[in-house]
Amino acid sequence: MTDLTRLSAAETAAAIASKDVSAVEVAQAHLDRIAKVDRQVHAFLHVDAEGALAQAARVDSGELSGPLAGVPLALKDVIVQKGIPTTVGSRILEGWRPPYDATIVTRLKAAGVVVLGKTNMDEFAMGSSTEHSAYGPTHNPWDLSRIPGGSGGGSSAAIASYQAPLAIGTDTGGSIRQPAAVTGTVGVKPTYGGVSRYGLVAFSSSLDQAGPCARTVLDAALLHEVIAGHDPADSTSIPAPVPPVVEAARQADIAGLTVGVVKELSGEGYQPGVEARFAEAVETLTSLGAKVVEVSCPHFGYALPAYYLIAPSEASSNLAKFDSVRYGLRTGDDGVHSLEEVMSLTRAAGFGAEVKRRIILGTYALSSGYYDAYYGQAQKVRSLITRDFTEAFGLADVLVSPAAPTVAFPLGEKLSDPLAMYRQDLATIPSNLYGGPAMSLPCGLSDGLPVGLQIMAPTMRDDLLYRVGAAFEAAVPPPVPPLDWEA
Amino acid sequence: MAEITRTEVAHLARLSRLALDDSELDQLATQLDVILGAVAKIGEVTDATDVKPMTHAVPIENVMRPDEVRPSLPREDVLVMAPSAEDGRFRVPRILDDEA
Repeated sequence: MTDLTRLSAAETAAAIASKDVSAVEVAQAHLDRIAKVDRQVHAFLHVDAEGALAQAARVDSGELSGPLAGVPLALKDVIVQKGIPTTVGSRILEGWRPPYDATIVTRLKAAGVVVLGKTNMDEFAMGSSTEHSAYGPTHNPWDLSRIPGGSGGGSSAAIASYQAPLAIGTDTGGSIRQPAAVTGTVGVKPTYGGVSRYGLVAFSSSLDQAGPCARTVLDAALLHEVIAGHDPADSTSIPAPVPPVVEAARQADIAGLTVGVVKELSGEGYQPGVEARFAEAVETLTSLGAKVVEVSCPHFGYALPAYYLIAPSEASSNLAKFDSVRYGLRTGDDGVHSLEEVMSLTRAAGFGAEVKRRIILGTYALSSGYYDAYYGQAQKVRSLITRDFTEAFGLADVLVSPAAPTVAFPLGEKLSDPLAMYRQDLATIPSNLYGGPAMSLPCGLSDGLPVGLQIMAPTMRDDLLYRVGAAFEAAVPPPVPPLDWEA
Repeated sequence: MAEITRTEVAHLARLSRLALDDSELDQLATQLDVILGAVAKIGEVTDATDVKPMTHAVPIENVMRPDEVRPSLPREDVLVMAPSAEDGRFRVPRILDDEA
């Protein structure tokens, strides 16, 4: 019998629609898979078996239908789902059950998608390895001693280990794309404003964007189409039609397109094995009929410093809401400590080291005397990076680079060196600052570990990512993890 | 430009409402010095002088909707997850000193 967990989302939906298999059987197969392997992978923080089976039953009864009806999905724990524990990887929200659904969740439920549970992540999405989760790290299914990327390492690892064919991630500086790169999966950061942020626990509001994670480009497109579109509950949501991403993934033809290789996203900091696979990927794109040109984006070298001023600044403001009053942890409320002391004790006990580091950094960058030199200058550099993109898109339809500068590194390797961890985002950050969409998809292995190809497109041209990505995938099928650790 | 002292970190921690202990302050002072040294690189960008700061990726200004009364979340659904609630409200530790 077919192993239901090995099917793509598109195949699963087709099998359910044609009654070859029931949605309940599919959900149960994935729940069994989670029970079997997640002790080793630790992709999930919470599994909602009851809710998943009930939703699957609604699909089987014909109450819900659609292109992804009955397909299981893993939800990053930064997205709220009514009544289901949401921790954002932090002790400060331990035990919190949100009183409402995020718009993404509302859309998934209406589409008949079966949410299996919540996935592990770096606390408040701050990190590139999932090691900053208060609940312990997730392990990369390609090699359990290595990181699955971050912050969305739970989502990428769940997909790569066949615990779910689909997942939702969020990408502020690369938290969908870098995990996709190091786990050999597909991850897309849509255009900023393309997917509603309502119900997404904010890290850096001008950069945060939720998007699809999957094992194939078409699956990512199908999920993208379900979650995207204007939402009146998010004032930064773009009031325009969703780009035709599914059609583009099916078209999978890049003849006549111009692909720009970004000169600045290579060299120092990029592993030779990653650069080698990237060079081959560029040759593949040429052989598929694309015209390849080199483009220069002179300010991309300043993207990392600009990001590590803008994002912590916004975070220091956003995380002020965790004040021990309305939700989450409260520590030191003994009748003696004042409100301010209780807040300070609670936040010190509830936040982990990386979150504290970024709150302090952001508070510093925003303080008087430093504002112009740090936060103000970073925002100006953000304008220049956007100008670089605009000029590059005058020369090329899409831009390409490695998605992550290295393959998955061993757990613990960069934990005591914050700057080394931050450099994982070298290639992904520019698209966040600009706002345009970007994808990572597998382009081979280096030392037996996956390498990701990044494709970047102009704002609201998410369809181009899927067109190029699907063509590339057809030529270079995604690698299959050996999973030799399975009992 | 950078160089951050332990005293400065303690002040920032106070502003951020983080009750950090001595070892955390020491560690943060060292790490922030390194991080600020790295991010100070943006000061090298000389062609930014006359550039407008970019606050957001979507050039949306004000988004308006009709001023209509709509139901909010039920009070009990919200208060049930509060650390402490009393008489249909959030209960907070004392805000004023005894003599106030």
